[in-house]
Amino acid sequence: MKKPELLVTPTSVAHIEQLAQAGANAVIIGEQRYGLRLAGEFSRQDVADAMHVARKHGVRVYVAMNALFHNDKVDELSDYVRFLAEQQVDAIVFGDPAVLMTVREVAPHMKLHWNTETTATNWYACNYWGRKGAKRAVLARELNMEEIIDIKHHAEVEIEVQVHGMTCMFQSKRSLIGNYFEYQGKFMEVQQMKYAKGLFLYDKERDNKYPIFEDENGTHIMSPNDICIIDELGDMIDAEIDSFKIDGVLHESDYITEVTKLYRRAIDLCAENREQYEEEKGELLARIEAIQPKHRPLDTGFFFKETVY
Amino acid sequence: MSISQIIDGKRVIVKKPELLAPAGNLEKLKVAVHYGADAVFIGGQEYGLRSNADNFTLEEMAEGVQFAKQYGAKIYVTTNIYAHNENIPGLEDYLRGLESVGVHGIIVADPLIIETARRVAPKLEVHLSTQQSLTNWKAVQFWKEEGLERVVLARETSAEEIREIKEKVDIEIETFIHGAMCIAYSGRCVLSNHMTARDSNRGGCCQSCRWDYDLYKLEGDQALALFDETDDPFAMSPKDLNLIQSIPKMIELGIDSLKIEGRMKSIHYVATVVSVYRKVIDAYCADPDNFVIRKEWLDELDKCANRDTAPAFFEGVPGYKEQMFGTHSKKTTYDFVGLVLDYDKQTGIVTLQQRNFFKPGDEVEFFGPEIENFTQVIEKIWDEEGNELDAARHPLQIVRFKVDREVFPYNMMRKGH
Repeated sequence: MKKPELLVTPTSVAHIEQLAQAGANAVIIGEQRYGLRLAGEFSRQDVADAMHVARKHGVRVYVAMNALFHNDKVDELSDYVRFLAEQQVDAIVFGDPAVLMTVREVAPHMKLHWNTETTATNWYACNYWGRKGAKRAVLARELNMEEIIDIKHHAEVEIEVQVHGMTCMFQSKRSLIGNYFEYQGKFMEVQQMKYAKGLFLYDKERDNKYPIFEDENGTHIMSPNDICIIDELGDMIDAEIDSFKIDGVLHESDYITEVTKLYRRAIDLCAENREQYEEEKGELLARIEAIQPKHRPLDTGFFFKETVY
Repeated sequence: MSISQIIDGKRVIVKKPELLAPAGNLEKLKVAVHYGADAVFIGGQEYGLRSNADNFTLEEMAEGVQFAKQYGAKIYVTTNIYAHNENIPGLEDYLRGLESVGVHGIIVADPLIIETARRVAPKLEVHLSTQQSLTNWKAVQFWKEEGLERVVLARETSAEEIREIKEKVDIEIETFIHGAMCIAYSGRCVLSNHMTARDSNRGGCCQSCRWDYDLYKLEGDQALALFDETDDPFAMSPKDLNLIQSIPKMIELGIDSLKIEGRMKSIHYVATVVSVYRKVIDAYCADPDNFVIRKEWLDELDKCANRDTAPAFFEGVPGYKEQMFGTHSKKTTYDFVGLVLDYDKQTGIVTLQQRNFFKPGDEVEFFGPEIENFTQVIEKIWDEEGNELDAARHPLQIVRFKVDREVFPYNMMRKGH
């Protein structure tokens, strides 16, 4: 049975080596100047080094250029795309059509993955971006299992689905953390808190903790739980979803590596020996629960949730 | 096309932007058009982003289109959800319906709807919704090449960015000038999905961004509060957009359509905001070099405001002063109390539909496109049968009383408090 690619977000070049050994087939890297909410920050030199490590291990490298760009960065996109083409990265991840236009101009053979995070919600839109040049669509995390599988059945492009980790709920261009401290007159804290690690918003009514951070792309608010469907992979493997992603943003490297190992085991079993998978999947889930940070509960995201409007 | 020309030795604006107003139902549509909107955007029963609003049936849209036509105004329909697979059946019929009732265009975010409209309802103009968060000229160029007539820019674009977009791409540009707005990049927020299982990008937004939160920092496993007992909680509620001071700059930039937000707002709000911006645009275009913003226009806008306002991104990245902390709403200073149905020139008696309590002795203000605002102390009030009333107590009750100046149907009466 066809196995989906296992795609992971490394925190550093050295981490790619560990992820490769843990069973990752592909990694997403990049820098916040062009990419959104990455697990690690990779300079151009890091990209070159990452390519070296990845090639050695037969791991594919995708580079994130999925920010929402304002005019000020449009002109430099071509330079970065050219650089990535020279490095022979395996694909560029984009959301903004400006990136698509730039790739057409300067690196027409470069593979493109369409990822706006929230707006890939139906199969027609996936195929539309396919006709514009994307080879893959990364689905919105707010879809349920049935919708995902229906999209795959109609898709003319590869389909990537996040199976583990945090998701983004909100991106603002405003400096919301900095503004809060400025409003309070705590000017000394503004710069210090703006880029602090471990900040979260507490929602009393739901008893939820939403991680929040600021970077070059604005303010980001993340989901209160980590998705984990290591024990629910069967239907998507049967549907031949092309890529399963583990997003390690705001997690420690060792945690991401361990989760990668466990999903490697789950995918292999699920594809090759379904009976064994059914038997072992509960234990795989338990092993993730055992290493889960205290403030990050697991859930199944929107895979089995009814959403109304 | 140049923005201005010298006519009889005086510069005038020849490229006048469209004033685009919201309407949540047929009555609001008529008010918006009557008060000076060049175009109105409305929502249908499906595919729009305000699933809680009244929204229009096809019959109501047809009536709205006919009404607007008498004024030379256009009707656009918001069909700007990000669709899921289950929304695909029915889309073609829906779009054909919009075309058949004479709607001028649709406002769209999802390529599914863009391409389906092209195929089954080619007479509809297609405008790209702000839900696509368009922030740069190259992305605008992409959508132009896709054949769209107009794009609505992200609310995060500045005046300088709009200037550059206008210079580089020949396409109609629509931008927001007034009303509530998302604090996130539009289309990139799913707070509602997570917090209430309502899909924000299909009209279910429950405005979780307007709630209060507590900000903490994790130190190991310990959560440290980053606020004191007396501090206001963390909030990310933006002040409403208000670009009245920037209208001259927007006109000189050649922006094609200036959009007021607020399909959920009252007819009083729509009438007030539309009439003020109508006056500003007309006055500037007639004599741009001697134009000054009149204080009475600013005061007028304030009479229907229920939140503080700010210019937001058009004038640079907004700071904390453009957000609301602590108390999130302010009380409006005026109530809408009556809608003029008729006026008898001989007797000076107005026939009016009650919209809020008023009584003899109250001082009220009349406003409308045909008149200068004036205040009036109400004397005797009669019902339709001529019985004298101690007050106009009942919603939608028809009452009559004497006014000192001529008024016209659709003029409104408001009362300070």
